[in-house]
Amino acid sequence: MNVATSTATMADSAKRPEQTILQIQQVTKMFGDTKAVNDVSLEIRKGEIFALLGGSGCGKTTLLRMLAGFERPTAGRIILDGQDITALPPYERPINMMFQSYALFPHMSVEQNIAFGLKQDGMTRNQIGDRVAHMLKLVHMSKYARRKPHQLSGGQRQRVALARSLAKHPKLLLLDEPMGALDKKLRTQMQLEVVNIIESVGVTCVMVTHDQEEAMTMAGRLGIMDSGEICQVGSPTEVYEYPNSRLTAEFIGSVNIFEGVVNEQAEDAEELLITSSELECPLELSLNASVSAGMPVAVAVRPEKISVSFERPEQAANWVKGTVSDIAYLGGISTYHVEITGGRRIQCTVANVARSTQDRATWGDEVYLSWDTASGVVLTS
Amino acid sequence: MKKLLNCFSQGRTWIISVPYIWLLLFFFIPFAIVLKISLSESAIAIPPYEDLISYADDVLNIKLNLGNFHFLLQDDLYFLAYLNSLKTAFFATVLCLLVGYPMAYFMARAEASVRNVLLMLVILPSWTSFLIRIYAWIGILKSNGLLNNFLMSIGLIHEPLEILNTNVAVYIGIVYAYLPFMILPLYANLLKMDLSLLEAASDLGCRPWKTFLKVTLPLSKAGIIAGSMLVFIPAVGEFVIPSLLGGANTLMIGKVLWQEFFNNRDWPVASAVAIVMLLLLLVPIALFNRYQAKEAANEAK
Repeated sequence: MNVATSTATMADSAKRPEQTILQIQQVTKMFGDTKAVNDVSLEIRKGEIFALLGGSGCGKTTLLRMLAGFERPTAGRIILDGQDITALPPYERPINMMFQSYALFPHMSVEQNIAFGLKQDGMTRNQIGDRVAHMLKLVHMSKYARRKPHQLSGGQRQRVALARSLAKHPKLLLLDEPMGALDKKLRTQMQLEVVNIIESVGVTCVMVTHDQEEAMTMAGRLGIMDSGEICQVGSPTEVYEYPNSRLTAEFIGSVNIFEGVVNEQAEDAEELLITSSELECPLELSLNASVSAGMPVAVAVRPEKISVSFERPEQAANWVKGTVSDIAYLGGISTYHVEITGGRRIQCTVANVARSTQDRATWGDEVYLSWDTASGVVLTS
Repeated sequence: MKKLLNCFSQGRTWIISVPYIWLLLFFFIPFAIVLKISLSESAIAIPPYEDLISYADDVLNIKLNLGNFHFLLQDDLYFLAYLNSLKTAFFATVLCLLVGYPMAYFMARAEASVRNVLLMLVILPSWTSFLIRIYAWIGILKSNGLLNNFLMSIGLIHEPLEILNTNVAVYIGIVYAYLPFMILPLYANLLKMDLSLLEAASDLGCRPWKTFLKVTLPLSKAGIIAGSMLVFIPAVGEFVIPSLLGGANTLMIGKVLWQEFFNNRDWPVASAVAIVMLLLLLVPIALFNRYQAKEAANEAK
């Protein structure tokens, strides 16, 4: 897939030399007639945390299960550290997984759970003891070594599950919806903690999540998946600021999308002009996409890039007049829903810098929305 | 509101009392009667025993005769019969477990649509009378029965195997009759097992067979115990199977009890036999209860 390769070259310009540890080559998985995963190719670099992000049924979990070995790909190959592992059963793969439900053995203590994988390797009793103690310390669970899983809280269970999946020094760690079973407050705390632990161990990690915030907090790179295909791969900033399609733009965060047609332009122009029937003035963007005149395109503008004012902006392009129809006050920020001519609603977020509400636009106010040329992104698909 | 609550709690008391009344009427009172008879002296009368309490000449006589229990100790027939019953029940339980566990396992792992059909197949034989099914085994096992004829026709054996009227036939009968009682609790237990645990074991490098021993088997302990109790307890007192399929030298306490009761018409000794059998069975039942209470306490924690 060219998406993956194009972003790979983008990242190659980064300072760190990147070494690929896992290659997913044209992997397809069929369940009956349905393609759960459709011709996915992906490269995971050594030591990174990579998140597969997508809605339910997009194939992300199937892809993860193929990496773990619980599902066999219908076509394609999976290569880990130079070894083709496509046909290896799970118990022969140097890959460990933290399950969504944690899957801790209820009849074993915390210690025994962590030691379980080590015993399969034929380590001596002393080696196992040392390793278990080390893992318990790593996840701050030494005090609970002799407890059974049902005597632990959700967060504690997760730590044990993480320790168990790290105990065998896997070449690849898989996390399946790692925060799925936790409440929201604990989730934010554990996200950072899990990342710290994973980074301190230095293991390569592929995680699956439907929660974009979680993916962006934890992962160094994301792969957006939809209907079995990878739509875009990139760092959280790349994916958020430069979505390559309407789908990714709408999946990650909120976005305002204007349909339009590319204007004729001078050869040496640095800006791209787009006429949209929804706006009175043209859209102007810095040139960041290869488009030709007359081409129908969509322009995406993130809500926080739009500013709200009572006076008409001086710029000739990138503004629109409207009426405030809704305000969602979220404390730190407020989201304005502004209705423009034609009935279309535009979302914009405003940081509540001042405490007083006097100068802020309120329901029914006529306001001007504007953004600069660097804010819009052209989407061709 | 309070009235409503009162009414509600009364209703609850009433509903809870139903099983207690049932147990009182059909378990405790019959047990008390048997206990009474076991402490009386046999007599040629109808019924064939003397009353414990008699009142004559201003004297209230309460006579508790422990002789029946003493008698059981003196004649080693009873001891051997008890021992043999326990042994037979134990091995039959082990056999049921060996046969039933794989069946329950594959039923629980089968596809949902197939699962119910398999469950029906396990339950279906119980729709025929128990007695008839045991009689059918006579036809299968006797010297010129189905099994021997078949084995001889394919040339595997040249003279009929003597199975009927031996202990082997008793084992076959008990395993056949009680297998569903082993399968059903095991099936229920294995069905609710979290399959991600097996995946986790495999993910941690455990081979399938070892995963079974280390994860599946320990987690199905409750099902194994429940199934074993359901087979062991009735098998100890089993009477029909040893008397129909077993031989003259098949010594089981149920058979001894029957003979004592009907052939010897010695109700007090027969009752004493029954009481001792009940006391012997109390041990595994108490152990089972203790295990269950412990499990429940673990769950609650």
